[in-house]
Amino acid sequence: MKNVALSILMVSLLAACGSQPPKEQPAAQTTPAAEAPAAQPAEPAAPAKVAADPLDDPNSILARRSVFYPLDVSVVQSADRAVVDAHAQYLAAHPGTKVRLEGNCDERGSNEYNLALGQRRADGVKKLLIAGGANASQIESVSNGEEKPKVSCHAEKCWKENRRTDLIYNR
Amino acid sequence: MKGNTVLRFASLLFLAALIAPAHAELTIEITGAGEHQIPIAVVPFAGDEKLAQSISGVVAADLQRSGLFRLVNPGGKAPHQPNEVVYADWAGTDALAIGTVTAQPNGRVAVEFRLMDVVRQTELLGESLSARASQARAIAHRIADMIFQKMTGTRGVFSTRIAYVNKQGGTFRLVVADSDGYGEQTVLTSPETIMSPAWSPDGSHLAYVSFEKRRAVVFVQSLLTGQRLLLANFEGSNSAPAWAPDGRHLAVVLTRDGSSQIYLVRPDGTDLRRISFSGAIDTEPNFSPDGQFLLFTSDRGGTPQIYRMSADGSGPADRLTFDEGNSFSPCYSPDGKSFVFTRLLNGRFYIAVEDFATQQVQMLTDGGWEKRPTFAPNGKMVLFANEAQGRGILATVSSDGRVKQKMFPQAGDIREPTWGPFLNNNLN
Repeated sequence: MKNVALSILMVSLLAACGSQPPKEQPAAQTTPAAEAPAAQPAEPAAPAKVAADPLDDPNSILARRSVFYPLDVSVVQSADRAVVDAHAQYLAAHPGTKVRLEGNCDERGSNEYNLALGQRRADGVKKLLIAGGANASQIESVSNGEEKPKVSCHAEKCWKENRRTDLIYNR
Repeated sequence: MKGNTVLRFASLLFLAALIAPAHAELTIEITGAGEHQIPIAVVPFAGDEKLAQSISGVVAADLQRSGLFRLVNPGGKAPHQPNEVVYADWAGTDALAIGTVTAQPNGRVAVEFRLMDVVRQTELLGESLSARASQARAIAHRIADMIFQKMTGTRGVFSTRIAYVNKQGGTFRLVVADSDGYGEQTVLTSPETIMSPAWSPDGSHLAYVSFEKRRAVVFVQSLLTGQRLLLANFEGSNSAPAWAPDGRHLAVVLTRDGSSQIYLVRPDGTDLRRISFSGAIDTEPNFSPDGQFLLFTSDRGGTPQIYRMSADGSGPADRLTFDEGNSFSPCYSPDGKSFVFTRLLNGRFYIAVEDFATQQVQMLTDGGWEKRPTFAPNGKMVLFANEAQGRGILATVSSDGRVKQKMFPQAGDIREPTWGPFLNNNLN
């Protein structure tokens, strides 16, 4: 148990270092300082601090909760890497926060193949989150396959919306 | 182990009804015809008109749907007994089905039917059947099976059952129905996705994938008692159940050790062992009729294609599909000589069949939104999911591609159909 506590503390410290937000996003700047004490379970969080959670900031990169893919691809694209990295830093700074990753696919495949592909998409994001400092225990990755399309039509304008992994926080 | 948890029917709130008959009427469209259609007349059975369900009408519809028969209109001639048949009246007809139906005071229906050979002027079949009046369609399917076997030499599949998922709004129902789509019985109702139903070889159980635990898990459910077993409930996705022909194992696909890989497990959830080790996606396992091999879909070569491996996982896997496009959802023919699969080509899904000996691929359909083919247990027809008028429907195609059917449900989208095995069920 001591080891666990120690590693949580270390993750918190690392996260505090790692989560300096980019300077061009002033709205998020106050957050790390506010969040660091909140990570200590003994200290009750003040309402003002909760409100300052960057997850609630619509201007934060953390407001982006989906990454998108080309057909039959499960590797996070370079355009979406910054989003995943930001979520990794957030999770590292908030070890009590859990996220559920739901992989989704367009309908061009069998249902079972798409279930597998969606799982690979979600698992790919999970690996990046862990590489970025999140703990595996914070992350659940599942697949919806093609079963939960955001938009339904037999055309690329819908398909591109449906090839994605969603990050869903449980706070 | 979680996979061993037995859930009782009574404890499941969402298991709305074990056997809930639905009164959905289907619209069935048939196109095409067999190469050598057998001309046959089904004379309306005496007394048939007094039943809620015309037995001879169902017999005629069954034979017509097979594509192997050409129905000859009796044109007002109505023999019911052999001595009433004037053979000269039936020139050009190979056979004649005649009979009588009697509604008995005890609520049962008795049918006496005969199949007459017009050319030889002899009786080919003479049978008496009886069942509860609610089983009138079952009697008719049984008669159609007897006629089909007598005239074609192949066992009929009219008495077999199919399973599929009906999605209506946000409600998913796992349904078992007669092979003509009538007699729907709801096996499971859920607000979450149900997919990939698979029949046990004896027709007593369905394995399927349910999202009721907010991710894909595999259940095995008895159709007799409704009792369910949570067969695979590991981290990630649990899916694609397929029964070995001896019923002693299922193949399932799990992601618990990384990418989607194939495992074997006993129907009680014990003795789980991994048999594929590709690191790619391996899914949709399907056993050969002799149980020696598995077909499956894999993207190990870069795109999803069909492969074959030994069912114990030993030795290398052979790639079986090479042509342009992606291939999915393989299913062995009952004789093991070919397999059907879904091919995605230029944005359209086709049902295709590949012969093992020649490696020739034949497209059975014209393409569209056609998915998940399974063979009828006699190998003469293929059932698959299709889309028409913006809805999911059932469709069949004869294994030579000549006769096609579309079956429109009254409500909802039909998906994930699978044809069940021959049953040795008795009428009651």
